[in-house]
Amino acid sequence: MATTTAGPTGIPVREEHHPQSFIRKYIFSTDHKIIGIQFLFTTLFFLLVGGLLAVMLRFQLGFPGEALPGGSMLPETMAPGGIILPEFYNSLVTMHGTFMVFFAIMPLLVGVYANYLIPMQIGTHDMAFPTLNMASYWLFLVSGLIMLASFWMVGGASGAGWTQYAPLSATPEASGVYNGQILWCISIAIFGFSSLLGSINYITTVINQRAPGMTWLRLPLVIWALFITAILGLLAVPVLTAAVIMLMFDQTIGTTFFLPTDGGQPLLWQHLFWFFGHPEVYILILPAMGFVSEIISNGSRKPVFGYKSMVFAIMAIAFLGFIVWGHHMFQSGMNPALGMSFMITTLIIAVPSAIKVFNWMATMWGGAIKFTTPMLFAVGFVMLFTIGGLSGIFMASTPVDIYIHDTYFIVAHIHYVLFGGSLFAIFGAIYYWFPKMFGRMINETAGKIHFALTFVLFNLVFFPMHGLGMEGMMRRIYDTSRYTHLAEVQDTNTMITWAALGLFASGLYFMLLFFWSLFRGKPAGVNPWDATTLEWSLPSPPKHGNWEEIPTVYHGPYEYSHPDVEKDWLLQNERPDVVSPAHEVTVRQGEA
Amino acid sequence: MATHSAQAARFEQTSFAVGDKKLGMWVFLASEVMFFTGLIGSYIILRWGASSSWPAPNEVLNVPITAANTFLLICSSVAMVKAFAAIEEGNQKGLKLWLLATIVMGASFVGVQAYEYIELVHHGFTPASGLYGSTFYAMTGFHGFHVTMGVLCMIWVLGKAMRGHYTQENHQGVEVIGLYWHFVDLVWILLFTIVYLI
Repeated sequence: MATTTAGPTGIPVREEHHPQSFIRKYIFSTDHKIIGIQFLFTTLFFLLVGGLLAVMLRFQLGFPGEALPGGSMLPETMAPGGIILPEFYNSLVTMHGTFMVFFAIMPLLVGVYANYLIPMQIGTHDMAFPTLNMASYWLFLVSGLIMLASFWMVGGASGAGWTQYAPLSATPEASGVYNGQILWCISIAIFGFSSLLGSINYITTVINQRAPGMTWLRLPLVIWALFITAILGLLAVPVLTAAVIMLMFDQTIGTTFFLPTDGGQPLLWQHLFWFFGHPEVYILILPAMGFVSEIISNGSRKPVFGYKSMVFAIMAIAFLGFIVWGHHMFQSGMNPALGMSFMITTLIIAVPSAIKVFNWMATMWGGAIKFTTPMLFAVGFVMLFTIGGLSGIFMASTPVDIYIHDTYFIVAHIHYVLFGGSLFAIFGAIYYWFPKMFGRMINETAGKIHFALTFVLFNLVFFPMHGLGMEGMMRRIYDTSRYTHLAEVQDTNTMITWAALGLFASGLYFMLLFFWSLFRGKPAGVNPWDATTLEWSLPSPPKHGNWEEIPTVYHGPYEYSHPDVEKDWLLQNERPDVVSPAHEVTVRQGEA
Repeated sequence: MATHSAQAARFEQTSFAVGDKKLGMWVFLASEVMFFTGLIGSYIILRWGASSSWPAPNEVLNVPITAANTFLLICSSVAMVKAFAAIEEGNQKGLKLWLLATIVMGASFVGVQAYEYIELVHHGFTPASGLYGSTFYAMTGFHGFHVTMGVLCMIWVLGKAMRGHYTQENHQGVEVIGLYWHFVDLVWILLFTIVYLI
């Protein structure tokens, strides 16, 4: 173990690096980069699980009542003869949402990239609390495995939807699910603790460990996004933890918090869940916005347009995110005056979101754009997030929401922001930082094929769902053939299922590409994207402890096409007068 | 032309003058505030929305014993302050003594709470006794859990103090556990007021 002491400037200096055993280095590692990579492999597995569940439930919707190919391998309690049972269908929908939100997207954004990037981009050796960081990963893994194990419980996995509305979730008599439901609560409580440890680490590290010269307004936008996200997680997740523990008590020791028969309030669950749930939505999108800002600036070879407005937009979104949760509950019978105030705050969020979208477009405007794979995914993000953001305005308006509430319009919206938004940014981030993580490139042509397949198939799957929702197709229904008004849209449903299968296949193609590139990818240099943030001054992959000597930061994070230097990028720890000594460089006021 | 030294002088301070551990504890306490807000907020909503009348605290609970227990917890916070003051002056013996006093009082608080629970269950008042039982046990139980964790951490800190780990200059561990302890105390004063008095 390396020891840390205060150096002469008060900055901690790592003094020695003993060689570490394999287990300390790769399994129970306290190195932030290894922990980030552990998160990456684990969450890619959970992403695959979530995708498989989606394909299964899509099959039922596309071909209701037909036997799932290979479904006869499933136990009788799930799919006798391969035909998916309604109870199992409920579990599929619930666990697809749960795995994607809690165990794939959120840890892919925060677990992987907050861990991997924060210490390197702010210029320090490691997190403030490396041991807590390790505990955060292992708790996450345990919670994910507990959630997975719930499929094998008597009565199956939870079927109450990822939102777990009471009383369906609070009493086994209502749902027919016994231990699976309790495991859901235990898993999320452990997950909450894991997330808490992560948040404490990220916040402390960003506040206290920045390199000399790395002032707040020189932080890369990724760090800003991850920092604000950590604050959201810190304040929102404990409320969910408290709520799921109360929910578990209702199921196990006979309390009645959410059970109306004994005076409890099911609506209380909705308030607690969405008080967490809406900040959660921004936990799921802010880091993605950070990645996209980074990648678009790099791909356009221009500084991010409106850096400060980007930072303030992140803060505004985060703040507003805490006071809009009621817009998920317009149909719950709450006071219309309250509904109106939630509607207004929700519509206001469109303003900072639009500021970001226009800033990305202005960044690209007039740039010498290089359409690398990460850049394609980032531009794809801006397009699809805009569509998702616009459909969000529909449902923020109470009168429209009453019509489309709980229909496939909502399903289309959430997938445009969570898949077209977050997951596209994650794919971009994986392609962008893969060379740094593993020292190898992912083949550009192969990556572009992945992008094209994902982009086209994604729109084929989710765009028609807006229409299905307007036609009145309810969310989470098991058998579309039982509703006469849905007979005419069955063809659309079948087409969506085929496209979803293709989308899953393109996901498998990505996984293969990922693992193939790990071993066979072309070796990446130190800075394959000619990028400007500090991690690109380190070898690929960087060593334990990152820096021998803490770097000094001289300017902001996006110095592309700097007028005073010949090459078109300038790392944050490079001085323009040192890089191009031939030039008479005057350090511009306010930039040094 | 900006010179090297002029540029170096322009570097702003990039960290707070607060140690990592202390900052981390403040951040953790912020999340704890939200956790207890979840519990207390639920209590307020459930109590206001209750259709039947809510029992007066002294009909069910033994308020005098808990009042004494509250006093004990406040005294333990005072002892914690004394322990911190002792090490600030480099007084090792005082640190150990006052830490021990804090631990004894904290553990006694948990003991009295356990006794209270046993008595209540004997009288048939359990978490399954409607909303009143649900909220009472959830709030006081989670607080008791926090006190227990605090006592365990404090025993660990005392062990380090015994080995002479803390000095007049370096005693962040004592300060950090102190912050947690005062927070737990503060939460109890709030809980005691809304559960036992109102």
